[in-house]
Amino acid sequence: MELLSGAEMVVRALRDEGVKYIYGYPGGALLHVYDALFQQNEVEHVLVRHEQAATHMADAYARATGKAGVALVTSGPGATNAVTGIATAYMDSIPMVVITGQVMSFLIGEDAFQETDMLGISRPIVKHNFSVTRAEDIPSIIKKAFYIAQTGRPGPVVIDIPKDMTAPTERFPYEYPKSVKLRSYSPVTKGHSGQIRKAVDMLLAAKRPMIYTGGGVIMGDASRELIELAHLLNYPVTNTLMGLGGFPGTDGQFVGMLGMHGSYEANMAMHHSDLILAVGARFDDRVTNGVDKFCPTARIVHIDIDPASISKTIQADVPIVGPAKVVLDDMIQLVKESKKRPDAEAIAAWWKQIDEWRARHGGRYRTDDSELMKPQQVIEMLCKVTEGDAYVCSDVGQHQMFAAQYYKYNKPNRWINSGGLGTMGFGLPAAMGVKMNFPNEEVVCVTGEGSIQMNIQELSTCKQYDIPVKIICLNNQSLGMVRQWQDMNYESRHSQSYMNSLPDFVKLVESYGHVGIKVTKYSELESAMREAFAMKDRLVFMDIMVDPFEHVYPMQVPRGSMRDMWLSKTERT
Amino acid sequence: MRHIISVLMENEPGALSRVVGLFSQRNFNIESLTVAPTEDETLSRLTVTTIGDDRVIEQITKQLNKLIDVVKVVDLSEGDHIERELMMIKFKANGQMRAEIKRTADIFRGQIIDITPNTYTVQLVGSSEKLDAFITSLGNTCIMEVVRSGVSGISRGEKVLAV
Ligand SMILES: Cc1cc2nc3c(=O)[nH]c(=O)nc-3n(C[C@H](O)[C@H](O)[C@H](O)COP(=O)(O)OP(=O)(O)OC[C@H]3O[C@@H](n4cnc5c(N)ncnc54)[C@H](O)[C@@H]3O)c2cc1C
Ligand SMILES: Cc1ncc(C[n+]2csc(CCOP(=O)(O)OP(=O)(O)O)c2C)c(N)n1
Repeated sequence: MELLSGAEMVVRALRDEGVKYIYGYPGGALLHVYDALFQQNEVEHVLVRHEQAATHMADAYARATGKAGVALVTSGPGATNAVTGIATAYMDSIPMVVITGQVMSFLIGEDAFQETDMLGISRPIVKHNFSVTRAEDIPSIIKKAFYIAQTGRPGPVVIDIPKDMTAPTERFPYEYPKSVKLRSYSPVTKGHSGQIRKAVDMLLAAKRPMIYTGGGVIMGDASRELIELAHLLNYPVTNTLMGLGGFPGTDGQFVGMLGMHGSYEANMAMHHSDLILAVGARFDDRVTNGVDKFCPTARIVHIDIDPASISKTIQADVPIVGPAKVVLDDMIQLVKESKKRPDAEAIAAWWKQIDEWRARHGGRYRTDDSELMKPQQVIEMLCKVTEGDAYVCSDVGQHQMFAAQYYKYNKPNRWINSGGLGTMGFGLPAAMGVKMNFPNEEVVCVTGEGSIQMNIQELSTCKQYDIPVKIICLNNQSLGMVRQWQDMNYESRHSQSYMNSLPDFVKLVESYGHVGIKVTKYSELESAMREAFAMKDRLVFMDIMVDPFEHVYPMQVPRGSMRDMWLSKTERT
Repeated sequence: MRHIISVLMENEPGALSRVVGLFSQRNFNIESLTVAPTEDETLSRLTVTTIGDDRVIEQITKQLNKLIDVVKVVDLSEGDHIERELMMIKFKANGQMRAEIKRTADIFRGQIIDITPNTYTVQLVGSSEKLDAFITSLGNTCIMEVVRSGVSGISRGEKVLAV
């Protein structure tokens, strides 16, 4: 057996795990590892400009592929800079392995240079974390980390490695384990057949059914099964922000996103339904609105791989613990075998009602005569120019909601955004992580002038590695989402939501060696955007001036039911 | 309602902090907590008493089960079980209180485990309620120090918590 140092084992284990890129930033505690990286060329390291970006790049790779991304950061400030990225992945259940350097093991606890208790800091925002106490354990710990991150309900795993564990002077026989078994961890692989049978009976008897699906369908690779079941039954489907693309956005059975900024028809249909089939969705407070008023007439079937997601905020009538893909497949078989059929008359009436709701609001926004663009128009144009087929990586704010509402996602894993933590600064590194792994696909970052400045330094990384993403900045010269809340709840007192002294983004990106285009008129938007996308091998930053006073609608009225919504600045349900 | 939850977990550094951290992170309450290794030295057993409605207790057991270091979880209060807590209590024992303390300790089947001319230290084992009752019956005036172990519990009959 080959003898390798701890540092070499880290790199070799990543290679044996099939990792192509790792995203990171060096420092004292990791010097041995960086030296080992230097001496091979199978695992490629991408040098970011801030550790937060490394974690978002790894995270976005995972969101696009379902496989864990890897970030490598040094001890102390390197590790703490990664914390936001770890929390972002944790909140959205994204598989990721983050390797953090640590001071020499015999110095731990002595306030050594660049020492932070990363196990303690990361504990509430990881699925699990490991500390290496014997160098020879490195291969098995890395194997376990990937296994834990990628199975069951996915999540980030941190491996903290003291510097002496990677010393080049000590060598150990290396073998990468083929499999792992943990007596205290065995994710479910199948749903309870009795419960599934019961759920199918209820589904077939429903008169006003709704299928409500989330991120679990995306990360659980269950989109195909979802589409088949929904088509078999002809029932309406709504997606959470995290679930978009799980069901095709242009399918007639899709009623849009639900929740705080969900479509009028999705929220109305949820409120009036008699049966909700929830799949891989966690009844988040941005979805349910006031829990005591949530869908008063609905019975709930809830499929989730994590029992703790079931009946956490809303009591389920039929809980089914299992992977969405397998459970939906079982349901499809049972529906096909069943002699019962959905109640055609009731379902037709339900669709008639839903179509009326669609006609009433149906994603309306007002354009006025001025040349000032509406942000919604920009997203619709983006969808047109990219033919609805781009990877869209978003930052956080109003632009995120517009990108969710007005781009039609027809495939899973293409809408990439931070939903649970809502991390401004996510968009650009996310787009970079996707583009590096899908060089032939169109990858867009939709952002605002606030969010983009949280990780704008990564334009430099894009130059170094030639990452030609397209940045669509909806520039409303304000922290729009904050301003909207101030308009609605604080009599328009715009406390600190105005962005003063914005840079000239065109010049800024040019100084990084990229192309900048500023657009101020709607009449110029399409040609400018086509021009940008025609530059296949260049990063293009589009600074698009949009109406600074636009709000995102619908917006649910706080603590109301799902159907209580503002539909415009003056209209309420 | 008060529940006694028993947890079998890997006897590894960090495992305890994960459990304790979970309770504070998720705003669950801890009344008492005990932990010690078991006959299998790779496992330790932790007992926590907590208060919450059914929904909260369900979340506590589910969230505990999710911790990778946790091997098994049982809510002892769901079935027949025995709970015990150990208390050592030091009294100022002068004059007629000396006899009074001795008498009360006998009634509660406590033992006097340390004596000085002015103090008695009593050891008492029982349910938390019984320990409370002992304290109440002697009043607060002569108590110098109370040390309680926190609750441990075990199911009655054949049922066991093991891997
Ligand atoms: C500004 C802003 C506004 C927002 N507005 C909205 C809004 O209007 N509407 C909205 O929906 N959200 C909104 N969100 C997002 C919201 O905060 C939540 O992130 C989101 O609703 C959660 O989505 P989800 O329920 O699909 O769960 P996720 O966080 O995606 O969780 C996935 C669930 O699926 C389960 N799961 C994972 N894998 C599997 C599998 N293989 N099989 C089965 N189950 C699995 C997990 O256990 C988990 O319960 C907003 C966020 C921001 C930042
Ligand atoms: C790191 C971080 N800090 C603060 C917030 C709170 N926040 C949510 S949206 C928002 C405004 C975003 O502004 P911008 O990126 O310009 O987008 P817009 O809403 O104008 O489209 C803020 C400050 C956040 N989500 N993330």
